[in-house]
Amino acid sequence: MAKKIKKKRIAVPEQDPYARIHNFNEVSLGYTWELAIEEASRCLQCPYPSPCMKGCPVDVNIPGFIKKILEKDIKGALEIIHATNSLPGITGRVCPQEQQCEMNCIMGKVGDKINIGKLGRFVADEARKQGIYPSTPSVEKKGKKVAVVGSGPAGLTAAADLVKMGYDVTMYEALHEPGGVLIYGIPEFRLPKNIVRYEVKFLKMLGVNVITNVVIGKTFSLYELLNEYDAVFLGTGAGTPKLLNLPGVNLNGIYSANEFLTRINLMKAYKFPEYDTPIRKGKKLAVIGGGNVAIDAARCALRIGYEEVYIIYRRTREYMTAREEEIIHAEEEGVKFMFLVSPVEFLGDENGNVKVIRLIMNELGEPDSSGRRRPIPIPGTEFGLEVDAVVFAIGQKPNKVLYQEVPELKTTEQGTIVVDEKYRTTLKGVFAGGDAVRGEATVVLAMGDGKKAAKAIDEYLSNGYPWPDKIEPAKF
Amino acid sequence: MPMFEILDKKELAPHIKWLRVHAPLVARAAKAGQFIILRLHEKGERIPLTLFKWSKDEGYIEIVFQEVGKTTYELGTYEIGDKIMDIVGPLGRPTEIENFGNVVVVSGGVGAPIGYAVARGLKEAGNHLTVIAGFRSKDFVILEDEFSEIADELLITTDDGSYVRKGFTTDVLKEYIEAGNKVDFVFTVGPVIMMKFIADITKKYRIKTVASLNPIMIDGTGMCGACRVRVGGEIKFACVDGPDFDAHQVDFDELIMRLKQYQNEEEVAMKRYLKKGGC
Ligand SMILES: Cc1cc2nc3c(=O)[nH]c(=O)nc-3n(C[C@H](O)[C@H](O)[C@H](O)COP(=O)(O)OP(=O)(O)OC[C@H]3O[C@@H](n4cnc5c(N)ncnc54)[C@H](O)[C@@H]3O)c2cc1C
Ligand SMILES: Cc1cc2nc3c(=O)[nH]c(=O)nc-3n(C[C@H](O)[C@H](O)[C@H](O)COP(=O)(O)OP(=O)(O)OC[C@H]3O[C@@H](n4cnc5c(N)ncnc54)[C@H](O)[C@@H]3O)c2cc1C
Ligand code: SF4
Ligand code: SF4
Ligand code: FES
Repeated sequence: MAKKIKKKRIAVPEQDPYARIHNFNEVSLGYTWELAIEEASRCLQCPYPSPCMKGCPVDVNIPGFIKKILEKDIKGALEIIHATNSLPGITGRVCPQEQQCEMNCIMGKVGDKINIGKLGRFVADEARKQGIYPSTPSVEKKGKKVAVVGSGPAGLTAAADLVKMGYDVTMYEALHEPGGVLIYGIPEFRLPKNIVRYEVKFLKMLGVNVITNVVIGKTFSLYELLNEYDAVFLGTGAGTPKLLNLPGVNLNGIYSANEFLTRINLMKAYKFPEYDTPIRKGKKLAVIGGGNVAIDAARCALRIGYEEVYIIYRRTREYMTAREEEIIHAEEEGVKFMFLVSPVEFLGDENGNVKVIRLIMNELGEPDSSGRRRPIPIPGTEFGLEVDAVVFAIGQKPNKVLYQEVPELKTTEQGTIVVDEKYRTTLKGVFAGGDAVRGEATVVLAMGDGKKAAKAIDEYLSNGYPWPDKIEPAKF
Repeated sequence: MPMFEILDKKELAPHIKWLRVHAPLVARAAKAGQFIILRLHEKGERIPLTLFKWSKDEGYIEIVFQEVGKTTYELGTYEIGDKIMDIVGPLGRPTEIENFGNVVVVSGGVGAPIGYAVARGLKEAGNHLTVIAGFRSKDFVILEDEFSEIADELLITTDDGSYVRKGFTTDVLKEYIEAGNKVDFVFTVGPVIMMKFIADITKKYRIKTVASLNPIMIDGTGMCGACRVRVGGEIKFACVDGPDFDAHQVDFDELIMRLKQYQNEEEVAMKRYLKKGGC
């Protein structure tokens, strides 16, 4: 009798919700060897190009690496992934797989889809545990220099690919630690920081010169970089938080998600006073927004001791942009969701501390430009919610420090950098990718951009620096 | 030379210290009115301090700071040869220096070093420079020699009258204007409450006035919004849109309120530091 393929997905061990809300350790514990092999054996090894691969923005050879897991060949599996994805420990944890690789998995027709993300993560983790790095063939130096600005996933990927092609690569980062959102935004319990550090270390091993504490546009201007380097890649992200200019929005205890998460993740405010950076403590906290960032802020709030944490979202659950896995995790941990409400005002005490959010109920109207039904406030439905702190997680726009003084660099109405399909900006020799050109997107899309931009940079430098007179804006 | 090594150190007044630090990348781009953000060590917080002086050729910057809490006290214990872990800068927009004609720089307390950097720039741009510098008492007077070198007129005042004269900087400015001196531009830096009252005076006389604001900051690159201030009803991020703003548009009361945001935590940190025998 032919071996019967298990229809059910092999569950991934997780920390118990009651325990985990008191610590910052990783929630998902990942597969063991045994479980990984069991899950890997469910894969049908569809012929190239498999349906799953079509959903992966960086073209990981998914059946290929899964086969290597079955052969217990971690180095082989790692090298297959690394051929197109240099950050598997990260993508395996934070990719919205259900909308990407896993969406098209053929197994979905007969049972559960393969847990591609967690298998990728398993390979990266196992390799890291054993100290295995992918072998890197030595390349001939090209004698040309490229600067990468920003060390988020877009910059990390571009830098890795360029150095592998033989360029001299210097990566500049404004903060004191490289990684972008991976280090300051996404919390420890979803993406442990030692994983990001490990990937950065690998980059340095490859020969990338990583320089922190340098803000391009301040410490060096973009023009200075263009003088010194043959090409520049901008992976500066979409780091500037949006706030609603409502009455009381500057009261104490009202944070942007970036500030709240940076204090906690980058500055380790959850270990205050061992670490010097404080964060406001209290009982009740409300997060405004419905994406990954909102969920991360809410779950961090529980972990620093807030007892009642609300997510306040102006539409309904089905319209939330956060990953399903994260919404479920938040529900398990006791985050309370309030749908169809938006803030109108904040009230504070005599010392300027926020005490109450005034909210209004919405109904859903016609779909807007994003295809989601537009929330419309219902007059007369206002009510108050008592809080000790509020976090705004309603989106981000690109950080403009860099191009404040570079008029040639054209940006869109939303503030994103204009590039063509080869990631060329309107300034000769300058390329850009990731959230800086897309607005808020995802880690893996930023990586895809970094990769394709690296290829475009190589083409540019190999073909004698041609640049079009007019940049045709690409649609992302 | 290792990065961010302390090259020289002086105590200018009780709890007010001056440091010269090796930071060539900052020095080569620094302009008056800009600041740095530093982090002392792995567990440290990021705090902003204004650039007092710098030398592009020798690759150093100078800062002057007042010991007010955990981080500044700890920095005060760093000696020549010690290293600061991280320094990033220069941050913020430089002060807009022009030849306005007759300018007055009004500084209070440790606003003086910031006032100095800007005053020097204004002088170099050809302005007639008057400096009004206020201090708590004689013991806290700093940078007198530096100011007298560049100012056409230096008016020092102390809150308690223990040096030169008694009065606040606001009193001096009012007298100065009322005496018929022509003032085309005022730059003010110091305690928020002082800047608020200076702005009230100059508003009455319709004198263009710029204030250098000091909200709590983290990244200094426009990423967190901790430094937000309300200017003319709009939300601005002081680290990238400022730190200088039209003083007549700034909501100073809100800034005062926001500076007290972590008062309790700051006390906790300080007490714990002292208990550990920090200084
Ligand atoms: C809280 C949070 C949770 C998220 N969760 C997920 C998730 O689960 N899955 C997912 O796929 N995506 C997630 N995202 C989105 C994802 O993190 C971003 O799409 C991705 O990080 C973008 O990468 P990037 O390289 O373009 O920019 P960033 O990661 O933003 O990195 C940009 C870097 O450039 C630096 N920089 C900016 N300007 C300058 C300058 N002038 N000079 C020097 N350096 C500069 C910044 O300091 C920063 O380090 C999340 C985002 C946030 C904020
Ligand atoms: C752009 C900018 C430039 C600055 N330049 C200088 C400078 O050149 N010299 C200098 O001595 N200080 C300067 N400051 C203030 C300095 O950053 C703070 O004194 C420092 O962050 C306090 O840290 P701490 O841990 O020692 O004290 P904390 O424990 O954080 O605070 C102790 C006390 O100081 C007050 N405080 C906290 N932060 C600030 C702040 N940002 N401004 C004023 N009071 C504050 C608190 O309310 C509290 O009463 C500047 C601030 C900004 C934003
Ligand atoms: S990189 Fe992301 S989308 Fe691609 S296979 Fe890995 S988890 Fe799936
Ligand atoms: S589609 Fe699913 S079953 Fe087919 S190769 Fe990809 S992961 Fe395996
Ligand atoms: S300090 Fe973070 S935005 Fe200004």
